[in-house]
Amino acid sequence: MTALGKLLRTTAFKLTLVYLTVFALFAAFLLVYFAWNTRRLITEQITQTVDAEITGLAEQYRQGGIRRLVFVVDARSRRPGSSLYLVTTRAGEGLAGNVGSLSTGILETSGWTETAYRRLDDPEGAEHRALVRVFQLPAGFRLLVGRDLEERERLHDIVLAAGRWSLAIVVVLGVAGGLFVTRRVLKRVDAMTDTTRKIMDGDLAGRLPVAGTGDELDRLATNLNAMLERIEALMRGLKEVSDNIAHDLKTPLTRLRNRCEEALRLAEDESQYRAALESTIEESDGLIRTFNALLMIARAESGQARDGMTDFDAAEIARGVGELYEPLADDKGIQLKVEAPAAAPVHGNRELISQALANLVDNAIKYGAPDGGRLNGAEAEIVVQAVGEGDRILLAVADSGRGIPEGDRGRAVERFVRLEQSRSQPGSGLGLSLASAVARLHGGELKLEDNAPGLKAILDLPRAAA
Amino acid sequence: MITAPQQTSSAREIAYPRDGGFVMRLLIIEDDRDAADYLAKAFREVGHVADLAADGEEGLAHALDGQYDVLIVDRMLPKVDGLTVIGTLRSKGIETPALILSALGQVDDRVKGLRAGGDDYLPKPYSFSELLARTEVLARRRGGREETLYRVGDLELDRLSHQVTRNGEEIVLQPREFRLLEYLMKHAGQVVTRTMLLENVWDYHFDPQTNVIDVHISRLRSKIDKGFTQPLLHTVRGAGYVIRDSK
Repeated sequence: MTALGKLLRTTAFKLTLVYLTVFALFAAFLLVYFAWNTRRLITEQITQTVDAEITGLAEQYRQGGIRRLVFVVDARSRRPGSSLYLVTTRAGEGLAGNVGSLSTGILETSGWTETAYRRLDDPEGAEHRALVRVFQLPAGFRLLVGRDLEERERLHDIVLAAGRWSLAIVVVLGVAGGLFVTRRVLKRVDAMTDTTRKIMDGDLAGRLPVAGTGDELDRLATNLNAMLERIEALMRGLKEVSDNIAHDLKTPLTRLRNRCEEALRLAEDESQYRAALESTIEESDGLIRTFNALLMIARAESGQARDGMTDFDAAEIARGVGELYEPLADDKGIQLKVEAPAAAPVHGNRELISQALANLVDNAIKYGAPDGGRLNGAEAEIVVQAVGEGDRILLAVADSGRGIPEGDRGRAVERFVRLEQSRSQPGSGLGLSLASAVARLHGGELKLEDNAPGLKAILDLPRAAA
Repeated sequence: MITAPQQTSSAREIAYPRDGGFVMRLLIIEDDRDAADYLAKAFREVGHVADLAADGEEGLAHALDGQYDVLIVDRMLPKVDGLTVIGTLRSKGIETPALILSALGQVDDRVKGLRAGGDDYLPKPYSFSELLARTEVLARRRGGREETLYRVGDLELDRLSHQVTRNGEEIVLQPREFRLLEYLMKHAGQVVTRTMLLENVWDYHFDPQTNVIDVHISRLRSKIDKGFTQPLLHTVRGAGYVIRDSK
């Protein structure tokens, strides 16, 4: 497509043409109307003047008869810039006036007519046109008064000529202007198209140019840039996740393999082999669980779980999870309570939130009272809360254990981090990571606070609109 | 067809296959040769009959036969995929219970599978004991209507009045203990895995890394078995739990 062709095919240019056509039509209409009105005005003027004269002359005739009329008409005829006059007998012989010749049959008409004429003093000259009125006088005389139409016609022609020229200029300027504006717009759009192509070819860091004019193209560019930012972040996240997963699974897989190899080397009887196989299965199961947890985290972080979102009551979740874990807590000498007095509406993925809360409760049980029951003289207690605070819903698990020192709280959320005090406990080290990822997926965050004593882990989530 | 076990008037128990109980006829539709062979062998070892189909088309053809107790269908199949196979069967009025195996394990995938007409959904990788327990539960479902009174040995559970008695003595249970016992007795004689309990009694589909269920079971056990001569609630190592009269 040639450059011009591309230009002509743009929406901007087509729009210009449409606008131009409408404008031109309107302008043309106005001009024609103006011309027509002017003409009408002049005609009106003429008729008024001529009527007045006729009335006056008729009066003269009544007062002084034909002689008087002829006298007056002669006098008037000689004046420069005068109207046209003609007085004839019934037979059509001229008695007075300045009209030399007329179109045929004019004298027989009554009322207003247009006619061609020649002046009496210019018999060889050009024919002119005039608007005349024939008045029948008593005794058969006829009086004709009129005015030349040249002025009117000339004005009409001038206006129309001017109109035609203006229209032509408007169209030309319009098209030129349209092309110019279109070219500028096209240049900006082309710049954006080029950038997108470069981005698609692999330069994910590329961004669309923003001209700074704040117009709709700029807004589009800004929004597209934000979108690109998000895509880049997601891709980075994905790459990170897959790197992490690969890394995170290699260790337990290696461990598994080593155990098997060791068994092959060292096992001597069937029971030892059996034991080795059983522990392999156990290790594999652990690996599968870790893998599933990692997958869940990855899904939560990449926003894939968004499609499974529904409205539900977080208070219900708190009660359910509390009920599930209460016997386990009790076995360890910890009292588990649920505080969910009012409905706490949340829009999200029910499974993920349940899992996140369960992880937090699980942690609380594991680390909430390691000595099994009494800590600092107080009864070990875990409180699962679901409360609303303004436009947030807080799902919290508070324990009365050793807690997490402030400096370690950031690290604790990372994958596979087991803080010193938790090394001895079984677990994958992913509980807090998942809870954090889930909170972020829902537009919230996981907060770890000092419960003095103990830890308070809070899933801070946005409240769903009622 | 299921060869019916010896039914006493009150017992609803089905002996665990190793004890020589009922035999299931299974159709396994799985394109992974190794997995299919492994499953077939495992099921046969336990005493059931297993047929194989390697793709959706073959599976559909076999299943239309209608002579199976349970269909085990892999979701991703060549020619016709698992969900379509099940959908087609359902549209033809074939209600054979179907258990879907899939690498896709998220809740939405599960929901999709069940909506397509599946009766249960097991994400891979799974343990065979899990698959076996679920398959047997599905096979049994083929039978009767919902009963209101469950009985195992001298333990009785009334689903309407929520009363539980053993040997005539009333046992007071908390609501969740009642639900747990109800589910176990509904599948009396069949192994019920921890995952099945979590899904059906608590409606959770996640893995609670610690053995939360075990504590609930031991609580229940202390209420219904302690002080009675015959223990009814048994732990099946590596699989789950079963409630049955051990005579």
